[in-house]
Amino acid sequence: MIRALVLLLALLAAQPAAAAPLAPEATAHYGPTTAPLRSLLVRGTTDIALFAPVLRAFAEANPGMAVGYEQWGSNPLYEAAAKACTGRFPVADLIISSAVDQQVKLVNDGCSQPHHSAAVAALPDDLIWRDEVFGITREPAVMVYNRTLVPPGEAPHSRFDLLDLLRPEHSRYAGRVATYDIEASGLGYLFAFADSEQATTFGQLIEAFGRTRAVATCCSAEIIDGVISGRYLIAYNVLGSYALERAAHNPELVVVAPEDYTLMLSRAALIPSRAKDPAGAGRLVDFLLSPAGRRALSATHLIVSPSEIYATQAGGDGGTGTSLLRPIPLSPVLLVGLDRQRRAQFIALWRKTFGEDKTTFVEK
Amino acid sequence: MSPIPDPAPRALSLAARLAATLAAVLALGGLAVALAAFAYGRHAAQESYDRLLIGAANQIAGSITIRDGAPLVELPVAAFQLLSLAPQDRITYAVFGPDGAVITGYDSVRSPPKGETFYNGRFTGEPIRLVQVHRRFAERHFSGTVTVVVGQTTRSRAELAWQITRGALTAAGLAWLVICLLAVFAVRSSLRPLRRIERALGARAAQDLTPISVAVPAEIGSLVATLNRFIARLDRQVATMRTLIADTSHQLRTPIAALRVQAELAAEEQDPDRLRGILARIHDRAAGLGRLTDQLLNHALIIHRADAAALDRIDLRTVAIRAAEETDHDLFSTGAELELDLPEEAVPCLGDTLSLVEATKNLAGNALRYGRAPVRLFVRATPAGPEIGTADRGPGIPEAHWPDAATRYARKTGVSPKSAGLGLAIAAAVARAHGGTLAFARPAAGGFEAAILLPPPGGRR
Repeated sequence: MIRALVLLLALLAAQPAAAAPLAPEATAHYGPTTAPLRSLLVRGTTDIALFAPVLRAFAEANPGMAVGYEQWGSNPLYEAAAKACTGRFPVADLIISSAVDQQVKLVNDGCSQPHHSAAVAALPDDLIWRDEVFGITREPAVMVYNRTLVPPGEAPHSRFDLLDLLRPEHSRYAGRVATYDIEASGLGYLFAFADSEQATTFGQLIEAFGRTRAVATCCSAEIIDGVISGRYLIAYNVLGSYALERAAHNPELVVVAPEDYTLMLSRAALIPSRAKDPAGAGRLVDFLLSPAGRRALSATHLIVSPSEIYATQAGGDGGTGTSLLRPIPLSPVLLVGLDRQRRAQFIALWRKTFGEDKTTFVEK
Repeated sequence: MSPIPDPAPRALSLAARLAATLAAVLALGGLAVALAAFAYGRHAAQESYDRLLIGAANQIAGSITIRDGAPLVELPVAAFQLLSLAPQDRITYAVFGPDGAVITGYDSVRSPPKGETFYNGRFTGEPIRLVQVHRRFAERHFSGTVTVVVGQTTRSRAELAWQITRGALTAAGLAWLVICLLAVFAVRSSLRPLRRIERALGARAAQDLTPISVAVPAEIGSLVATLNRFIARLDRQVATMRTLIADTSHQLRTPIAALRVQAELAAEEQDPDRLRGILARIHDRAAGLGRLTDQLLNHALIIHRADAAALDRIDLRTVAIRAAEETDHDLFSTGAELELDLPEEAVPCLGDTLSLVEATKNLAGNALRYGRAPVRLFVRATPAGPEIGTADRGPGIPEAHWPDAATRYARKTGVSPKSAGLGLAIAAAVARAHGGTLAFARPAAGGFEAAILLPPPGGRR
């Protein structure tokens, strides 16, 4: 009896570890559906809607090759890739994740294989490491706000503006600023950690978020939905590609690249060491870096030029500053954020800020 | 003149020989340089990247604080930036508590071996270089040693080592090329004097036997000196021949003319008694002519021998004995006896026995013929060198004639039936060929001495 109870407790205790099921959120298929000559399995964190055009273009350029795409959350994707690395999970041919620190860790742990081509050789040093992981997109970390609810005079252009809005004791922004839940989102953690390395603003921001009970929640789509619906007035550190895509259809949504500095993310692609068709995956990587691939990625805002982001701003001086851009380079330095203790400390700080009731208002 | 055959079997050309030697030296040197460069490159690369490694490990160790009685590692970004100076290398790390448990980092890192700061290992299929750094804590709630291990794959090291090696080899290769060019230049320029000698000899007139006077470096100087000695010998022999021919024709002309006159007289003489007397004179003349011819040929032979024969190590006393045995006393009118005056000890010298015996015989003949008894044939060992010669009690040659005595009598005295007057010339030629001299003296005790003074067997007189 007692033994059974202990077993039950053990099972319950083990439960949280396996909380996130290792399965894609959505899947899609491109190219021939019946009897393809080759088929490629791509796993990525990018929403299918944004990634479909480029995959479709690839399938068209490579007749006979079928491409299956699985959309994953960044943390489960990393977990699956790490397991696949030791043969405990079915392997993909290409992994593309916005959580580039996790991608770098996969490379560092020997879970990827090199791919050599003229296209990857042309990549700048920041966007390639060991010829095994390649930065394929350029996406800024932005703030978004709802122009119908935030008067032009209060519209934030930088982190300092945001701090000013949150400073008054009874700020109407209290409780209505949203950002990623860094525990649920690998990308949110990466952005937050990069912020903490960039400037002292981060400390003040965290403190202000805590004081005003800002909301940490999951996923770009939900956060942007919340801003459009007016539940949140401002969202911080949202991925620019999603924001710009939504802003194109929702005129009330304003995308702001912070003028103090703007983090620039390059989604990273890697070919797992056990990939079944590394040559096919390499071909896809080359396509993503080719002019045709760049065009398709630009069309869905996965590649954003600096002028594009600064031009959208009301009071911005329009494209002055590539110097404001802080690219996140693909290098082993990213491993620091993933260190067990470092991460634990960072998350402890985060939890202290957002309280135990880190509610996630997920609306479907 | 018949065509000159290929002068000597052709040995490997000097240039080829030098090239081969140089190539061997350079190849060995190149190998040594390559090995040294590789070793140095490896060492330098190892050392540089080891510094990065230990720098990063020290930074990590420095970031450890004790919080709530447990070590807390705030992994510094700077440490990883330092490590990413090896841009292509993967990193592994772990921080171990005093109990050996991993506080943070890779669980796959094994606890480090004792006593070695740097060591090698493997990290998911690649070789890595690891470093361990220790930090001791003695806090209120925590005391013990925390160990930081940082490892990195070795791609950048290998690349740097190769770069250094390549750089060194490139430099060595350039040096090699320069040395080769210099060597070619040196060979050419050092062979140039030989060409000059060749040209100088080629341009000479057939009769020109003067020494070569071409400016040459010291190394070839001895060759030129040898060549010059050879030319000098040739010159001497040619001169000797010329003298000999002149002497011979001069000396033979007179007796042959006398013979012809006697023969003409005999042809016209009717009186058998007088005819018999003329015939007797003709016989005497013919005999004298025969001796003269002998002596002339002897002279030529001896002179040739003296210049050509190799000198042996001989005892001068045996020369004296042989000369005394071969001297025909009856030929000399004085009837004097030849006394041998020899030392007890052997008198060694470098010489040609045959020509020395001949020369001595001539001296003895002169002494017996013109001197006054007692006539001595002596051999002496003096500090200046061995001597062989004759002494008698007569007045000898007048002192005024000593300097040209050797040639004087051959020319001036003409010929007599008994002697051709070549004795002194032969003795002087032999003495010269032995590096010695023919000397005359009047001893304090009186009389006259003629002697061949030879150099000591070890060196020059």
